[in-house]
Amino acid sequence: MIREFGPNEVIYITLAIRYTILLSLIAFAGGAVGGLMVALMRVSQNKYRRWIAMAFIRVFQGTPLLMQLFLAYFGMAILGFPIDPWTAASVALILHAAAFLGEIWRGCIEAVPTGQHEAARVVGLGYVNRMRHVVLPQAFRIAVGPTTGFLVQLIKATSLASIIGFTELTRAGQIISNATFQPFAVISLVAVLYFILCWPLSKLAANLEHKFNQATTR
Amino acid sequence: MSSQASSTGQSAPELAIEMSQIEKWYGAFQVLHGVDLTVEAGERIVICGPSGSGKSTLIRCINQLEAIQKGSIKVNGVVLDKTPKTVPLDIGMVFQQFNLFPHMTVLENCILGPVKALGVSKEKATQTAREFLERVRIPEQADKYPAQLSGGQQQRVAIARALCMKPRIMLFDEPTSALDPEMVKEVLDTMIDLAQDGMTMICVTHEMGFARAVADRVIFMDHGQIVEENAPELFFGNPQHERTKNFLGQIS
Ligand SMILES: Nc1ncnc2c1ncn2[C@@H]1O[C@H](COP(=O)(O)OP(=O)(O)O)[C@@H](O)[C@H]1O
Ligand SMILES: [Mg+2]
Repeated sequence: MIREFGPNEVIYITLAIRYTILLSLIAFAGGAVGGLMVALMRVSQNKYRRWIAMAFIRVFQGTPLLMQLFLAYFGMAILGFPIDPWTAASVALILHAAAFLGEIWRGCIEAVPTGQHEAARVVGLGYVNRMRHVVLPQAFRIAVGPTTGFLVQLIKATSLASIIGFTELTRAGQIISNATFQPFAVISLVAVLYFILCWPLSKLAANLEHKFNQATTR
Repeated sequence: MSSQASSTGQSAPELAIEMSQIEKWYGAFQVLHGVDLTVEAGERIVICGPSGSGKSTLIRCINQLEAIQKGSIKVNGVVLDKTPKTVPLDIGMVFQQFNLFPHMTVLENCILGPVKALGVSKEKATQTAREFLERVRIPEQADKYPAQLSGGQQQRVAIARALCMKPRIMLFDEPTSALDPEMVKEVLDTMIDLAQDGMTMICVTHEMGFARAVADRVIFMDHGQIVEENAPELFFGNPQHERTKNFLGQIS
């Protein structure tokens, strides 16, 4: 029996956006914590910390997110620790975000001029205070634009979680599409919903970048 | 040896800095070739010399922004560690590019070190900061951000920020070189004021008027060595070395 593509189907798809949003938030929050650690390890004086962070980044930037999702979901099951799609998708996306945010933020930390580190040192600040009060606040300003930009990428990347049976926006669309045989209409709706989610963020990223550029060159 | 202006006539003067046989490399490139420098407490030293002669490197070694490979440095009698993790707290420094913290107000710039590194209370640090801002004649700018100030004002804030740490020695690395000409004087006046107060000062500068006015000793560096040093009258009036003469000819 072929279902109609009616209001109920539209509502079903639209409501699935909450899982996309939730998964994005989990990935972003977890990725931010991990990314800060990765970034600080990358600029550490200790070479082993730098290497570990580097290896982590290489692995997660050098393999497709899709493979990471597969490995998290099916791999864990094969190893005898089956996990649900929620956990698998969250873990894979958090690690993915940590690797990318770590590398973005490393660049932002390194963009703070060495004169700032030196000025902080000559007023007696040790490494932790220097980072906390002088370097990171300035890196943060530089990071706002690119970070928001990455969040947009992350939201779109959550669509890959559909592959392991996580019912977010894309998978809800697939389900309805299979039932109604109206892929064009359904996928168009899904695309519009992603756009509504991402476009304001892209706009915000551009605005923030502009604002901070002005603030620092006043 | 320098002729000391102070007429205490007592035994050995207190030494602020004793550098002996300092050698410093950047990789395979040797920047400092066995430099000896002794500075008495209260003495004002001006260091000049061509660009790339190692002036910045020399004074950056004094407060351990740069590590040395050979030689030894004593600050107020204490031998410095060769692999520094922290800088000596009784040395203040003013940079050519000001290096104020752009995300903090003038006042916040001034109290950060005292509060975080010296453990002074915020109230006390604020009070001290206001005194020093008064001293460098910009008390009314306390709540502004560095980008809202002129270059000369920013450099005076940088001086106040350094003074808030209550240092016994102040290092200046070409403090007026990044300034528009009309702002040079206000910064030099602040430094002269400081010199008259008895601060031990080592200034890398090409402001020869400043050197004549306040220096006890002028040092000429070239190729990572101290070529000549003398009291300003003799240094300018009767330079001994060919390189010094050439250099003075170029900048005057
Ligand atoms: N971080 C560095 N790495 C490599 N070479 C450097 C570095 N800093 C300075 N130098 C070199 O050391 C020499 C002395 O520099 P510097 O002390 O800044 O001279 P000055 O302050 O007299 O102009 C120059 O040749 C400069 O290129
Ligand atoms: Mg220099």
